[in-house]
Amino acid sequence: MTKLLSYQEKDTWIHRLCGVTKLLFFLLWCITSALTYDTRILAAMIAISLALFAMSKTEWKQVAGVFKMVLIFMVLNVVAIFLLSPYQGCEIYGSHTVLFQWFAGHDVTAEELFYLLNVVMKYFTIAPSIFIFMVTTDPSEFAASLSRVGVPYMASYSVAIALRYIPDVQGDFRRIRNAQEARGIEMSGKAKLKDRITRTASIIFPLLFSSMEHISVVSNAMELRGFGKKKTRTWYAQRKLQAGDYIVLALSVVFTVIALVITFHDGSRFYNPFAG
Amino acid sequence: MDKKKFGIQEVVATGIGTALFVVLTTVQIPTGIPNTALQPRMAVLAFFAAVFGPIVGGIVGLLGHALGDALFYGSVWWSWVFPEGVVGIAIGALAVKYAVREGGFGKKQIILFNVVQVIANAVAWIVVAPVLDILVYAEPANKVFLQGVAAWGGNIVIIGILGTLLLAAYAKVAGKSSSLTKEN
Repeated sequence: MTKLLSYQEKDTWIHRLCGVTKLLFFLLWCITSALTYDTRILAAMIAISLALFAMSKTEWKQVAGVFKMVLIFMVLNVVAIFLLSPYQGCEIYGSHTVLFQWFAGHDVTAEELFYLLNVVMKYFTIAPSIFIFMVTTDPSEFAASLSRVGVPYMASYSVAIALRYIPDVQGDFRRIRNAQEARGIEMSGKAKLKDRITRTASIIFPLLFSSMEHISVVSNAMELRGFGKKKTRTWYAQRKLQAGDYIVLALSVVFTVIALVITFHDGSRFYNPFAG
Repeated sequence: MDKKKFGIQEVVATGIGTALFVVLTTVQIPTGIPNTALQPRMAVLAFFAAVFGPIVGGIVGLLGHALGDALFYGSVWWSWVFPEGVVGIAIGALAVKYAVREGGFGKKQIILFNVVQVIANAVAWIVVAPVLDILVYAEPANKVFLQGVAAWGGNIVIIGILGTLLLAAYAKVAGKSSSLTKEN
């Protein structure tokens, strides 16, 4: 199983920001990256996120495993687009410049390559911001700050429980899988589809039922302590929004607005180097 | 129970259901068809939606997909996050009818559950996901519809088999403890 991203305590200005500030930055960043196909904006976003990544003092080994997954999915997606729709770029940019011929119906055009370059750049704008968000945000502080910005505390608590239980459930999963493998149930290899489903079911069943057990134990414990009785609650890990948070929020909004204005000012979300 | 739709148990079920969904993100059963794998986590999502209702189902789908993508794959494909919520909400909308926690998940409910899940998945993966892909990411139409149909096929198979089995098994266990009746 791939090693997943997890929080690591460090002392940088990014770590000191409130979780919710980072979440809002991340969401705005995703929206901008999804909407814009302006290559200049995408390049600027990559530069900014790499700079932030460096400032967050994240070590490469913390994210290397996940970064490989990003690359795998990116390559798969790019190949799929080229095979299924080799002239998508020509439709978008309204011209057709054949660079060289490959196989029937799949001439390599400059427009398609440029379109695919934009698709690739989008991956590189998002990946560093996800890494930063995941490795610098303390889960309990994050849940506390969610409730601070108006998310009902019942919902914030669900998020807190989800983040808190991911490692536990993962531990359960590993134990159950090891136990099943010890009993001779081979998880990999070539078997019929039906057998593969049965084998996976032999892990999912105990995992799900032990989780249902967890749910009743945890909810009973919370009920005994009077959870949900009052309209509000206080949080141990709560932090006030500091000047830094407001500055980051303001800068994120300003950047998003500028990026979208530059992208859409000519009426198209695509930056077209082929025109004129 | 009917007064408070989102009680303590739902809060916890949402949290742990999401954790389960996230952990199962990388557990995939290859089908032999390239790029299409069955995702057992879909069966878990259907299970939580059918047992705890549309709110739990919707949040587990949305939050689970976004977190799972971010934690394991380092990229969040938003046009596929929202359809996941659609599946959870749609399957959960008829949670009362399946009566899983009352131990009543019989033949009739199994058929109803499967009809609902096939429709819910069709709406989510053949309509919502490709349309969002085209609108938001400007991806080529034939590619995203092909992906959508593949995802729909895989999901209805895994939910139909594994999801149904999980619910039937849980209904048996949960039904047993409800032999006590409330006195008036």
